[in-house]
Amino acid sequence: MATKILMPALSPTMEEGTLAKWLKKEGDTVSSGDILAEIETDKATMEFEAVDEGVLGKILVAEGTSGVKVNDPIAVMLDEGEDASAADEAEAPKAAAESPASVPAQAKSADEPADIPRPDTSPDWPEGTPMKTQTVREALRDAMAEEMRRDENVYLMGEEVAEYQGAYKISQGLLDEFGAKRVIDTPITEHGFAGLGVGAAFGGLRPIVEFMTFNFAMQAIDQIINSAAKTLYMSGGQMGAPMVFRGPNGAAARVGAQHSQDYGAWYAQIPGLKVVQPYSAADAKGLLKTAIRDPNPVIFLENEILYGRSFEVPDIEDFTIPFGKAKIWRKGSDVTIVSWSIGVSHALEAAEKLAKEGIEAEVIDLRTLRPIDYDTVLASVMKTNRCVTVEEGFPVASMGNHLSAVIMERAFDYLDAPVINCTGKDVPMPYAANLERLALITPDEVVEAVKKVTYR
Amino acid sequence: MAARKGSASSAKAGANVSAEELTQYYRDMLLIRRFEEKAGQLYGMGLIGGFCHLYIGQEAVVVGLEAAAKEGDKRVTSYRDHGHMLACGMDPKGVMAELTGREDGYSKGKGGSMHMFSKEKHFYGGHGIVGAQVPIGAGLAFSDKYKGNDNVTFTYFGDGAANQGQVAETYNMAQLWDLPVVFVIENNQYAMGTSVQRATKSPDFYERGIAYGISGEEVDGMDVLAVKAAGEKAVAHCRAGKGPYILEIKTYRYRGHSMSDPAKYRTREEVQKIREERDAIEHVRQLLLTGKHATEDDLKAIDKEIKGIVNDSAEFAKESPEPALEELWTDIYADVAPQNA
Repeated sequence: MATKILMPALSPTMEEGTLAKWLKKEGDTVSSGDILAEIETDKATMEFEAVDEGVLGKILVAEGTSGVKVNDPIAVMLDEGEDASAADEAEAPKAAAESPASVPAQAKSADEPADIPRPDTSPDWPEGTPMKTQTVREALRDAMAEEMRRDENVYLMGEEVAEYQGAYKISQGLLDEFGAKRVIDTPITEHGFAGLGVGAAFGGLRPIVEFMTFNFAMQAIDQIINSAAKTLYMSGGQMGAPMVFRGPNGAAARVGAQHSQDYGAWYAQIPGLKVVQPYSAADAKGLLKTAIRDPNPVIFLENEILYGRSFEVPDIEDFTIPFGKAKIWRKGSDVTIVSWSIGVSHALEAAEKLAKEGIEAEVIDLRTLRPIDYDTVLASVMKTNRCVTVEEGFPVASMGNHLSAVIMERAFDYLDAPVINCTGKDVPMPYAANLERLALITPDEVVEAVKKVTYR
Repeated sequence: MAARKGSASSAKAGANVSAEELTQYYRDMLLIRRFEEKAGQLYGMGLIGGFCHLYIGQEAVVVGLEAAAKEGDKRVTSYRDHGHMLACGMDPKGVMAELTGREDGYSKGKGGSMHMFSKEKHFYGGHGIVGAQVPIGAGLAFSDKYKGNDNVTFTYFGDGAANQGQVAETYNMAQLWDLPVVFVIENNQYAMGTSVQRATKSPDFYERGIAYGISGEEVDGMDVLAVKAAGEKAVAHCRAGKGPYILEIKTYRYRGHSMSDPAKYRTREEVQKIREERDAIEHVRQLLLTGKHATEDDLKAIDKEIKGIVNDSAEFAKESPEPALEELWTDIYADVAPQNA
């Protein structure tokens, strides 16, 4: 049967091309793989190979013709022995590509809030729960130990996590309890061991990958984003990477530009990741346990300065904190201060100073940056009509920018002042003590921002 | 540890191979070639979009290595992945429907040519970033060692990826922890348009493991029996708990790097010569005929059967609907842990 040969698309963007040259002439026998013609695309001159065998019956588009549309017939192939007149009878081809289906007109985010904020105000633990004092460091270790006891597929790997007992002593004692099979010292090879962890998660394990600091995770960010975050989607839900990437993030003290960056906003941008940035020891413990159990890749951003701070932690078995539920540290009616991680410390200090001047601030700790508890923020802003965000990261494309946009979209009529984003300064972190102090966000800057939005 | 040039086992292996096995390899390689030719045709018709990297010419690599695998073994590769999927038993219909971006594709149309997976067949992608699959493959092997079974992971990558830093990182860890992973370097001599000679002064990739203590050898990738023999040796090494093994398989791709590659970095004569003198399918075809294992008519019948399978897959891929619009918002997060293993 005669078949028409159609003008091929030879690049992802080609719509038409020039039939530069025929390398076969009418009557020639053609085998699969033979070069039929040279075709100029929008990018290059390409050789066009025959797929089927037969005889080139008729050339419909002469060489040198430009503007030949993709899928226009350019020649007719005949079976061996078939008459050339069959060429004329070959049917006109149907257009192969259908018009693209309409897509939902409005882009929406997977965790877009409903119109009326409905904050979850349930307590994190029941009233009367016995409490114990713990540092963030101890809370993180206990969370890992408890989850490793609970699920034998959970293991910890990273630099100095085992024999050295952790560069920041977060994994102290874990090697003794769980052995070298489950607490694994890696060579200094972030890209490699992050990717190896992703493969282990694909293979059914629940890795905890510790980065000595998240600054070093930039070497591994391709594996975190392209492999861990996107595979569930790209596989149509067949397989994903249930794992935790954790370690200290942001500035410590006097370690300079390459060891002092806050990555919260970077990771929070990625669909497929969950992002946690705890402040207190109770949250560090409850959220890390949730992260280890979560069936998705979780970025768990700790803070070195907070490691040694003590907080009250509920002394109950199997204590977890859900993702996407903010915590209100301080009630107030005059302004909403939204923060997370060490920013909460600055916000609370600022709130104390403001109270002395008669300004009552409500301090919200987001705890997780993906998912975000928009409802708690919006409900508070609708009450106070003013908002200041506080974070350590850089100002451009910050989390504060995003929160401001959401507040503007959803609570514009409630605002009595523009939202102010307090952030780290737009400079690489300097080493000199006085300059470092200037680069970082301070409680006094938060106080100043609050006074601006309250017109004091 | 040793690095050996060339494979001594090819001719000997050929002597012992059964008619059934030879016929199976012929069939499996032909399926890949016909499937890829059809994919190229559908691309030309605009039914397949974006990037599409064909495996034509390299068929003996995956078919030979799959012949050395057992149930439970895993495989992972980069974006030139159609052949790997067909060789491990994935359904041509589901693969082709993914190429056309339809709901019956392996990833519901959301992955495309470069990003496809099958939990059932232990095929872990289909990865779009050159070299990223290498530590992932070592991680899959890590999971099997952790669980204490004797499964092996075949981690495929090209001569281009072999120069990526994470490959060196992975060699180091795989040998350090004795991971059961076969690193398969499919050396088709061109990393897109850059020949091996223009990319490295250390072109013998099978030797690259020496610094880490990993044995390796060079294999004729146009001889499916040589590939199988080398695969069996590598797999035995891994299953015995001796750690990773490197196979550098010398192969050749007949088509451009992707569909939009004019291939000006090599001559038409170079391609034609290998097609005529070294073709892996023709090699097995001659073994079948000269060994009187099959007649011309037998092989014609196989050709026809394969053509039918491929045409059915193309029809299926055209008929399958585009994914429902709601699919935009699914599979971003798992509600329950995926049962990966």
